[in-house]
Amino acid sequence: MAHDRRDHDEKAADTSGISRRGFISRVGAGAAVVAVASKASAESAKPTETMQATELSRITLTVNGQQRQVLVEPRWTLSHVLREELGLTGTKVGCERGECGACTVLIDGKPRYSCMTLAVEAQDADIVTVEGLMDGEDLGPTQEAFVEKDAFQCGYCTSGQILAVEGMLGDNPNPSLDEIRIGVSGNLCRCGAYVHIFQAAQRAAELKQGVGGES
Amino acid sequence: MIPEFNYVRAQSLTEAQQQLSTDGARVCAGGSDLLGCLRDEVFDCSKVVSVTGLDELRGITRSRDGGVNIGALTTIAELAANSTVQELYPGLAQAAAEVASPQLRNQGTIGGNICQKPRCWYYRGEFECLRKGGDTCYAMAGENQYHCILGGYRCYIVHPSDTAPALLALNASVQIAGPRGERVVPIEDFHVAPRDDVQRETVLEDNEIVVAISIPQPASGLRSSYRKVRARGSWDFALAGVALALAFDADRVTGGRVVLSGAAPIPWRSREVENTIIGQRIDATLAREAADAAMSEAAALKNNGYKIPLFKGVIEEQLLAIASA
Ligand SMILES: Cc1cc2nc3c(=O)[nH]c(=O)nc-3n(C[C@H](O)[C@H](O)[C@H](O)COP(=O)(O)OP(=O)(O)OC[C@H]3O[C@@H](n4cnc5c(N)ncnc54)[C@H](O)[C@@H]3O)c2cc1C
Ligand code: SF4
Ligand code: FES
Ligand code: FES
Repeated sequence: MAHDRRDHDEKAADTSGISRRGFISRVGAGAAVVAVASKASAESAKPTETMQATELSRITLTVNGQQRQVLVEPRWTLSHVLREELGLTGTKVGCERGECGACTVLIDGKPRYSCMTLAVEAQDADIVTVEGLMDGEDLGPTQEAFVEKDAFQCGYCTSGQILAVEGMLGDNPNPSLDEIRIGVSGNLCRCGAYVHIFQAAQRAAELKQGVGGES
Repeated sequence: MIPEFNYVRAQSLTEAQQQLSTDGARVCAGGSDLLGCLRDEVFDCSKVVSVTGLDELRGITRSRDGGVNIGALTTIAELAANSTVQELYPGLAQAAAEVASPQLRNQGTIGGNICQKPRCWYYRGEFECLRKGGDTCYAMAGENQYHCILGGYRCYIVHPSDTAPALLALNASVQIAGPRGERVVPIEDFHVAPRDDVQRETVLEDNEIVVAISIPQPASGLRSSYRKVRARGSWDFALAGVALALAFDADRVTGGRVVLSGAAPIPWRSREVENTIIGQRIDATLAREAADAAMSEAAALKNNGYKIPLFKGVIEEQLLAIASA
């Protein structure tokens, strides 16, 4: 499979340091630009980033608070890089069309689909996956709430659901049932565990506010 | 896997335009529509030009004329939650809140939303249909339950955007930056009907970029709303929708616009409804008359006849609701 070959190449590149390192050309923003449009910001001194299609380029992603260097092709999605390059397989991939939510991660605190986000576009962002919700060896409150409320059957959608709930609670610590329904409306559950997922979201809100014990 | 492409993250608008001036280059904002099209090989793309580094395209500001200016990179979620928009243009805030799912609203931008490609399943699938440069519309004789009932001509898509109908009702304009400078196009002239060009959705040239969308100050007594009917409670595109922006003097309609979504290949301004209600008081009889007028030219395909009574019901309901708001 083409895919396996690429993984292999990537590892070879990693050990050899530069052999397959991608081409990132850095050109001053003002250079070779014909100034026409009124709002063009000539003062911007940031270099332009260009990546060639078939080359691997080194980028840095901030995942679960850690800076991770990784070699990527421009077409690789964040879900692909998280799973196949960084080994964070808690993030699941379902439709790869923005339709199911299995791949949900937090990007700067907001739930987004990692299958519809290029890895190169996530370079300046804070990325949180389900692994990042752990509290040391213990489950974080939203994870705990899903276990407590038995909010899954096969579990395939669960990490996406958990991150959708985590992101929603970041904006709205006390959601109503209707707000919860909207909050997880971008996450499909083929097993139909919705009622328990809604309860888990309510429980996660309580746990985050320090309401302990069985509810 | 998405087919290969070169990638450029532009640092200025001029640079973005320049990068777009090579064949096969495409703008990427939130990427939520573009990546789907690339994965399904709807069109070729040799270079992705990311505009997400252009902070001057972000944010919602009050304009000097009392309206608002919405940067193209403003996310749909930001638009839905913006207090100025909620106050001045509730119809637009409602439309934004009805777009897709929370994740896609966090990611999708307003510029991308009005430029998104159609959702016809033949177009998105492996069919070289008319819109993709082939010579057949597969929907015409095929599965067409979600296709148009108005404005179809050789191609029968519906425009997928929820925000564009609300923007059209509010008489918004699109600010476009191109190699020859900036131009402003009323959103009414921004989308291209298949009768004019079956392979084009907007008037944008390949190297033009939507910079912002501006909405004029609301006329006195303006009320606006957006109602979307869809097949499922979670995310879905509109089966039938109506965006209203109507000015009232006491209970009489003095002006405004009525725009349908899910009806036609472009956001569909219903002059029939406008002509029926402007200058009048909306009551049950008038609302029904307007709804009938809206569908007077409608022509159903094999599987989408249900849309005609659906639209009549939604239009009638929304006119009565806004009259008593
Ligand atoms: C599962 C799903 C459900 C959806 N449901 C809905 C729905 O119910 N209602 C609705 O309205 N939409 C819906 N959408 C569409 C979604 O809202 C759009 O994908 C999104 O708004 C596009 O914004 P973006 O920034 O991600 O665009 P991108 O994907 O980055 O771009 C979309 C297109 O616009 C062009 N473009 C983007 N920005 C600019 C610019 N500034 N200037 C010039 N060209 C530009 C790109 O080249 C591309 O062709 C849905 C999408 C998906 C995947
Ligand atoms: S409706 Fe338009 S996009 Fe769909 S198959 Fe026909 S020509 Fe193609
Ligand atoms: S895999 Fe990303 S939304 Fe389905
Ligand atoms: S638990 Fe199986 S898909 Fe949700």
